[in-house]
Amino acid sequence: MKIQIDSEVCQGHGRCYDLAPSLFGDDDEGYGKVLRAGVVPPGEEQNARLAVANCPERAIELIEET
Amino acid sequence: MAVDERFARDFREARGDEPEGTRNEIVTGPVADWATDFSHTEPEWAADPYPIQDDLRQRCPIAHTPRFGGGWLPTRYADVAAIAYDTERFSSRSIIMSNFRPPRDVAPIGGSPPISSDPPFHHDARKLLLPAFTKKAVARQEPATRALCHSLIDAFDGQGVVDAARDYAQHIPMRVIAGMLGFPPADGPQFRQFVENTLEGINLPPDERITRMSALFDYLLAQIHDHIDNPREDLTTFLINAELYGRKLEPSHVAGTMALLLIAGIDTTWSAIGASLWHLARVPADRERLAAEPALLPTALEEFLRAYAPVTMARLVKQDMQWHGADMKADDWILLSFPAANRDPAQFERAAEVVIDRQVNRHAAFGLGIHRCVGSHLARMELRVALDVWLSRIPAFTLADPSMVTWSTGQIRGPRTLPLRLG
Ligand code: HEM
Ligand code: SF4
Repeated sequence: MKIQIDSEVCQGHGRCYDLAPSLFGDDDEGYGKVLRAGVVPPGEEQNARLAVANCPERAIELIEET
Repeated sequence: MAVDERFARDFREARGDEPEGTRNEIVTGPVADWATDFSHTEPEWAADPYPIQDDLRQRCPIAHTPRFGGGWLPTRYADVAAIAYDTERFSSRSIIMSNFRPPRDVAPIGGSPPISSDPPFHHDARKLLLPAFTKKAVARQEPATRALCHSLIDAFDGQGVVDAARDYAQHIPMRVIAGMLGFPPADGPQFRQFVENTLEGINLPPDERITRMSALFDYLLAQIHDHIDNPREDLTTFLINAELYGRKLEPSHVAGTMALLLIAGIDTTWSAIGASLWHLARVPADRERLAAEPALLPTALEEFLRAYAPVTMARLVKQDMQWHGADMKADDWILLSFPAANRDPAQFERAAEVVIDRQVNRHAAFGLGIHRCVGSHLARMELRVALDVWLSRIPAFTLADPSMVTWSTGQIRGPRTLPLRLG
């Protein structure tokens, strides 16, 4: 599973890095960024989904690998 | 050190004040039908706006009023979001719905950048502020905030009943923002006055409102002069030195942004802390659970922000148009109710209930789109610390007398009198 933030849509609400600090961080202006190139380690899928579901701007995309 | 000529004269004279703009007849008094004559300044709305909004969402999702020179009130999440995102058709030239519209040529900057600004200027004015308000930057205020909360509770000094709005919630954002701007902490009570003048008293005659605003700008100008003479590590000195497009900021921009930070930081957070305590005083099950499970606080706090969102904004329609079936005219107001959006059942399950362990909570209390609250990380820190300290020191409390609770009027909603019985 991978995660990706659309930087055109992100407004820096910070819900992602509040809820899943192991997957998301922030830049110097508070915009969200994915850690580890967006790779979600096993066991972190639930946190990734939680961040996606709470982003007020719907800026985070979840890419399920097959 | 060189004198900063920008502030040598009052910038209001330079601008040739007595602002132009349009004024309309002031209409007050009871509302018969909220769908055709709404007013956010009437006591019924202040006391409990949610049944009104829920009713409108069902029978007239974009309500109208001839008051304030004409305006619209969308109550669905989808409509509120669409307007917040559509800066082409809706301007932030004024974000307080009153009886005065500033002239069109104040756009795209407006009186208090970036909240009053439209693209493209908005982005640049906002960018200046962002680094000072990141989660990491505001974490530096946390120890002092925590100490302040403890000292406020120490001062209750064994009283059985305290006013949690006046003696607790109010002081927290006031002291934090005064510290960040570098204003004397003892000036707090004056800020209270400035905030009231700007956000409440919407229906005072415009000239009276202008006179009252002058007191705020006199205060800010005095602070600016003091910071020019004695520069320090704070937001005021930062704004005086900040540059945009290779030049120092216009004096009106410096003062306007200072005014914004002072006003936007205080009433809002005060309201959020107060409304959360009000809820916990009324619902013992939630209070007991939160006191026993402090780890739930971050989730509960988002739910309080959703259910009791303190901030409603306004926009001005740019041109005559049909919008989602409404016949909007240029310069009509939009009362942009994030609180109403946050209670739309189409967006939230169990929208009318307060669910303190709600896992999925895509609320809009801090706005949506380019104007997302710059202070949201600061406000969340203050709210978390305020509730954490309160619950650890005072785990048991109830409303002393529900009929004594009063709520602010206007676009920022929260308890202004909140007598709680402790223990
Ligand atoms: C619980 C407390 C708060 C709430 C609910 C809140 C809510 C909001 C909302 C809804 C907006 C969007 C305005 C719009 O769309 O027109 C906003 C903007 C803003 N807020 Fe807050 N606010 C809070 C606290 C603060 C604090 C503590 C500060 C900083 C001292 C602050 C500074 C700002 C600024 C500078 C803007 C303008 C952002 C822009 O236009 O780009 N707010 N706030
Ligand atoms: S929650 Fe969404 S808007 Fe906020 S920082 Fe994360 S990606 Fe950006």
